[in-house]
Amino acid sequence: MPGVMTKHFTDRASWFETDAERLLPDLYGAALRLARNEADAQDLVADAVGNAWTHLASLQDRGSFRGWVFRILHNCFVSRCRSSRAQATEEPYEEEGAQAFSLFERLHQPFLLWWGSNPEQEFLDKLLREDLERAVDALPENFRVVVILADLQGFSYHDIAGVLEIPIGTVRSRLARGRSLLQRALWRHAVDAGLRSAGEPDGRGGDDGRD
Amino acid sequence: MMAGTEGIMRCEDALRLLAAYLDGELDRNEHFDVERHLEACRSCYSRAEFHRLLHSRLAGLGRREPDPEFGARLAELVRHVTRGGESTPHPE
Repeated sequence: MPGVMTKHFTDRASWFETDAERLLPDLYGAALRLARNEADAQDLVADAVGNAWTHLASLQDRGSFRGWVFRILHNCFVSRCRSSRAQATEEPYEEEGAQAFSLFERLHQPFLLWWGSNPEQEFLDKLLREDLERAVDALPENFRVVVILADLQGFSYHDIAGVLEIPIGTVRSRLARGRSLLQRALWRHAVDAGLRSAGEPDGRGGDDGRD
Repeated sequence: MMAGTEGIMRCEDALRLLAAYLDGELDRNEHFDVERHLEACRSCYSRAEFHRLLHSRLAGLGRREPDPEFGARLAELVRHVTRGGESTPHPE
């Protein structure tokens, strides 16, 4: 029944156009932090959209479209990285064993609460968007990807495991390590920018379970 | 730090679960236990609030509207691929 098939096809195209366009700001936001520059991020999003349509028949459930497209975006990113891997300068990081860093521990001064001051809040208020972007961009790739999916895009651990095709325990450990590294980068930025004193401790101890 | 208050989780246990709590990844009982602890412990509550705020700042990086030129090119790309410019999925 060619007429029915054509209508079905047209419906799929229309549905894809609507949902893909709705997702573009999220995809572009994630691509910017993955690629770390606008030109590559735009290419990544274009690749992901093209590949998503090409492989749309493999999508089992329209309800999982967002995670499925992010998986394609990540695969496109990995493919591009592989092609330029010879130039890669990713800092190797062990996932376990390195000491966690707690930004809260560096900032918190309980007695100031009674004085009506909140140094943690003040610290966050002084951070610019570009400070946060720089800290995320500085993360090694494995940790950056998980932080992007969890903290920037709001995916659950289960969904991240599906997007990256890794065990959920690996998601937890990479997220913990990535957040710790992110907080360390923000602290170093604060010291460099003169927001905090360089004499304050930098990164030893203070594992609070959140890092 | 608070410890030993009857029926209330200890700080070290609450802090161990704090990330999963804030991420909404705990089961109902654990979530409730951490919540009770935070209601009773100023120090852990402050820590949780800090991470909530940091997380909300990070979440703000997640969406970026494409600039008009790139947005137009993307919209064109979507229409192009769905209307036969790219190999298309077999209609089921």
